Amino acid sequence: MTDFAIELAGISKRFGAVQANRDVTMHIAKGSIHGIIGENGAGKSTLMSILYGYYQADGGSIRVNGQEVRIRNSQEAIRLGIGMVHQHFMLVDTFTVLENIVLGAEGGLLLKQGMEQARAHLLQLNRDYSLEVDPDALVGELGVGLQQRVEILKALYRGADVLILDEPTAVLTPQEADHLFCILRALREQGKTVILITHKLREVMDITDAVTVMRAGTVVGNVRTAEVDKEKLADLMVGRKVSLKVDKAERLPGAAVLEVRDLNLTDARGVKLLDGLNFQVRAGEIVGIAGVSGNGQSELLEVLAGMVEPSSGEVRYHDQDLLLEKSSQPRAALYRQKGIAHVPEDRSREGLVKSFPMFENAILGYHNDKTISRRGLFSRQALLARTRDFIRQFDIRPDNAQLRVGLLSGGNQQKVVLAREIHANPDLLLIGQPTRGVDIGAIEFIHRRLVELRDAGKAILLVSVELEEILALSDRILVMAGGQISGEVAAKEADTLSLGLLMGGHKQ
Amino acid sequence: MKFGQPSTLPRWAQLSVLPVLNLLAALLVTGFVTWLIGEDPWECLQLLVSGAFGSGEGIGYTLFYTTGFIFTGLAVATAFHAGLFNIGGEGQAYLAGLGVTLVVLAFDHTLPPLVLVPLCILAAMGFGAAWAFIPGWLQAKRGSHIVVTTIMFNFIAYSLMLYLISHHLIEAGSQNPTTREFGQAAWIPALHQLAAGVGIALPNTPLNLTFIMALLACVLFYLLVWHSRWGFQLRTVGVNESAARYAGINVSKTIMLAMCISGALSGFAAINELLGSTHRMNVSFTNGVGFVGIAVALMGRNHPVGIILSALLFGGLTQGGLELSFEKPVITREMIIFIQGLIILFCGALENLFEPFIAGLFKRKEDK
Repeated sequence: MTDFAIELAGISKRFGAVQANRDVTMHIAKGSIHGIIGENGAGKSTLMSILYGYYQADGGSIRVNGQEVRIRNSQEAIRLGIGMVHQHFMLVDTFTVLENIVLGAEGGLLLKQGMEQARAHLLQLNRDYSLEVDPDALVGELGVGLQQRVEILKALYRGADVLILDEPTAVLTPQEADHLFCILRALREQGKTVILITHKLREVMDITDAVTVMRAGTVVGNVRTAEVDKEKLADLMVGRKVSLKVDKAERLPGAAVLEVRDLNLTDARGVKLLDGLNFQVRAGEIVGIAGVSGNGQSELLEVLAGMVEPSSGEVRYHDQDLLLEKSSQPRAALYRQKGIAHVPEDRSREGLVKSFPMFENAILGYHNDKTISRRGLFSRQALLARTRDFIRQFDIRPDNAQLRVGLLSGGNQQKVVLAREIHANPDLLLIGQPTRGVDIGAIEFIHRRLVELRDAGKAILLVSVELEEILALSDRILVMAGGQISGEVAAKEADTLSLGLLMGGHKQ
Repeated sequence: MKFGQPSTLPRWAQLSVLPVLNLLAALLVTGFVTWLIGEDPWECLQLLVSGAFGSGEGIGYTLFYTTGFIFTGLAVATAFHAGLFNIGGEGQAYLAGLGVTLVVLAFDHTLPPLVLVPLCILAAMGFGAAWAFIPGWLQAKRGSHIVVTTIMFNFIAYSLMLYLISHHLIEAGSQNPTTREFGQAAWIPALHQLAAGVGIALPNTPLNLTFIMALLACVLFYLLVWHSRWGFQLRTVGVNESAARYAGINVSKTIMLAMCISGALSGFAAINELLGSTHRMNVSFTNGVGFVGIAVALMGRNHPVGIILSALLFGGLTQGGLELSFEKPVITREMIIFIQGLIILFCGALENLFEPFIAGLFKRKEDK
């Protein structure tokens, strides 16, 4: 019989009307890497929050190393040897690595003594797991990958035997992710147990020993990784057959719709956010911009959508420099009028007003449209009719135009934004992270719509941190690193390795 | 995933149960204090209610006070929908009074009422709007916090008016810091006069046509905020400025315009008082109407129906409180302000005091 590090039996948790976990049972073998996979909202994070003591389960039991335990807060979880690496790091930027690790476990009244011991311990851990972290570096000056390792160190320093990682690769380049996986394997060899929460099938296949698949708060499968394949897992996750490939015919692109020449953006501190960008997007093609988030993609979208003024350069749209246009209205409104639609990266902060009903969100940015108002007052009928069209065409659920948008799932929120922007029949669509926080079923749908638009002769500029998405949709791929375009690859010739190198800033 | 948010109450309960509970809590504390100073709380409450609503005259005065509160309530609500907390209604009403007075003193013997009164209204709106525009501009263009600037502008308005009235506008030979009485052409007819014209006898109160304007303003406010393009922009700026920028809405213009409308609405409180009742301007004519407007808007949840109801509550409290202090010398005007303060505290600052408790009750009911 295998030894189990963690056994969960019949865990249930309810938040108001939402049943986040229902009768969840799983066994996690000691010294294994165990994946928990599921769509957004499947209840993975809630389950781990229960294990880490943030929430109390309404029912069920938890055993750690065979002992039944109650975990009332995270201190108790730590005492039981459970450590967690959050998706958003919990580090103090202005402290050194060592200070961050000691934080909350300083030991003793005077700092100095504890620090010396901590340093020795830290260097030991560093060697054991080849983490390669400098204890005296300022955390704020470390890259994301290294910061994540500091988080791992922090958990190990507190004696974690079970390490929970919540979507650890969301912020990493493929190379950094590979390095992380090496570390995780080293942890496994030393007898640690790793729980990996993710929605990426590839990661699960690459590294885990066993997988638990969750859907709608329940466990729909406990399998050994060796015995399944990607398609099988995807089917389990979604509950029906999904195609991960996007069908896309070859198509010859037309004239350039957007041309960017020597575009620069410098922030108030003089940091170059966009550094000499030159590229084109032609009618009938999808140009994908790959890159680790925070390398200028967001700023590029904002400049092209008229939300931010660039420092210098040209943005030519249908051969006219948009930056020279004078208008009494804000640029974003002007660009939209000219046929540039924008699905923003952060839909809940920018693309939608969550407290507004769906029918008001359906006109955000297009509220000056003559057809929906008479003498300055909106025609409620026209708004509702337009929204019902969106609901029908994009299969938005629930199909209630009066519902507050904040109550919709991520996928349905994204469909509202997409429906609105496509309705305007734009010549150029700027779209950022089209499927972030969107469930697999809706991803398929959104991808199909984008390809349809391309086939209808629209120019599409796609920014995504999901390489698989970039690879599946783009005709051409530009890679951004440090505010520059570090390379361009035709989609047919692109692979994860070469893109990953470019994302890391290696120029072509 | 966003969990851990407590389940919010159904909308109807938010709009009815909570305000009523808050009001009861305020009354309970008031009752306790009344008992402490040796009066019978129940008797006082009866006197208060009958003073406000027990007679035709009482109702007339109550509605007169309500009129001013509706306008300042709408003023606060307008700014609030743009995400701005306009504390400056008092100063804006004050300055509006200056506009009215300047027009009246210049023209009340030359212009007919049908020209003069609208001119006065325009002056009130203009002066109120201008006084609100400056903090609005500072907020939109320079990032100075509107709460701080509007509070400061109240003090500036007060000092300015004190100086102007006591040095320049004061009636010649008078000891009181008031202007001369306005000519009849500038008087807005009281409702009892109008009613007498069609043969209905109403008690003699200062309730005047401005009350009708207040109700009209509520309708316009509703249409503007929830059904117009501009209102849509206003609310978008108010709840999500990033989304407003994304949507190509001119955020700073919206903020400045919202403040101007807010100030113009406050200006009507001066119209009600100066042209409808006192027919002259004295130093303390605003009497806190702008501050009560904050409570009215908060309690009325920035919706015209709620604002009418809460303005009525505060109007009744003002009138009933005056009656009460006539009857019970122990209960002074300060005591009435104390009660108002408690209501503002419970309905405004502690708005959601009982929310978790009520939400718990609802949840338990749901679970059964």
